[in-house]
Amino acid sequence: MTEQATTDQRSAGQAQPGAGTRTVTFHVSRSKRGEDPHRQSFEVPVEARTTVLDAMISIRRHQDPTLTLRHSCFHASCGTCAMRINGREGLACVTNVEELGGDTVTVDPIANAGAVISDLVSDMSAMFGHYAPMERPLVRPSELGPGSRPAEGVAELERFEDCIECGICVSVCPISATDARYLGPAALAAAWRVVVDPRTADAERAMALADVDHGIWRCHTAFECTEACPSNVDPAGAIMNLRRAATRRRLRGLLGGSRSER
Amino acid sequence: MSEEQAVAGAPAAPRVERRVRRRGPLSWIDVRGRRLGGWAFALNRATGLGVLLYLYLHLVVLSLLAGGPSSWDGFILIATNPLFLVLDVVLLFGLLAHGLNGIRVSLVGLGIIVDRQRALFVAFFIIGFIVFLIGAVRIFGETGGG
Repeated sequence: MTEQATTDQRSAGQAQPGAGTRTVTFHVSRSKRGEDPHRQSFEVPVEARTTVLDAMISIRRHQDPTLTLRHSCFHASCGTCAMRINGREGLACVTNVEELGGDTVTVDPIANAGAVISDLVSDMSAMFGHYAPMERPLVRPSELGPGSRPAEGVAELERFEDCIECGICVSVCPISATDARYLGPAALAAAWRVVVDPRTADAERAMALADVDHGIWRCHTAFECTEACPSNVDPAGAIMNLRRAATRRRLRGLLGGSRSER
Repeated sequence: MSEEQAVAGAPAAPRVERRVRRRGPLSWIDVRGRRLGGWAFALNRATGLGVLLYLYLHLVVLSLLAGGPSSWDGFILIATNPLFLVLDVVLLFGLLAHGLNGIRVSLVGLGIIVDRQRALFVAFFIIGFIVFLIGAVRIFGETGGG
């Protein structure tokens, strides 16, 4: 899904030049059907509340209808509009143009998560390929029935459940930048959630998936994933927790104890 | 010709190879927009490569010993040149940065004081800076004093 019907309900037109508006030049990454990417410049009038997503939609509606981007919710919940804005990963829907400063803004698709399908849209398959095997067997608190409560110990896990699968953590990770086999921060955060959830029947499976050379031990603790996450998930913290658990597990194994104890 | 082509009577669209767009190894040292942890990572990579390069240079220099006293004495004359001493100071910086950050990464990487990784970086930075200043002064001082 690269475009959604809701897209233009909010941003039906671009800001009209006048008081309170100024023109910003957006250098937008373009590539179609496997072409080498190049940047194309668009001038867009912006006002105080214009977001980068507003500007991209404005370009598509008023200047170039072939510009492809992915978006949906407009409030940082769906994670679909992750982009590299001025070289820094963020959700376009909550990135205010004025707060970026300057008269130019560069916009690129996120990196490391998958191949670029078109312009600002990546297919994300590389990221989800690592993510899916973790099989998070959980329900969100919002999905619980009336009057029911999360199981004991679940509340502390909600932070990891906040993951919106936007791929920003993978894009910003310097290891994912060069290692295709690295599981990446999103998948490893999911693994930690599975490992510590009191309802998890088979934590060993997730632990075994994570405790490999290209899993938790490949992280080089740049903490960029945690810093960049727009949903306050802490993937780096999850990876370090997995390492601590794996180290204990191995030590127990060496001392003759059970490796599966949590 | 595939079945689809035969039916449609049109050439098939070229198959497009799509590769995952990765930022590549240059991103290791690209600190634009990066936070403290990213800077520490970049510093560790750069100093690690620098120290590795030094190791090979060191072995080359030691091989001068095989050329006898005159060869070695010639090198020592160069090594006490102030410009060369600047390289010694750079080496000291690299060793301190890589070593101290290595301790930080080891502690954090084993799940110890993860939530204090920034404070740890700052603490090691201060320690490293003091040791670096003392070392730099001594490197130039001892040579200046003969």
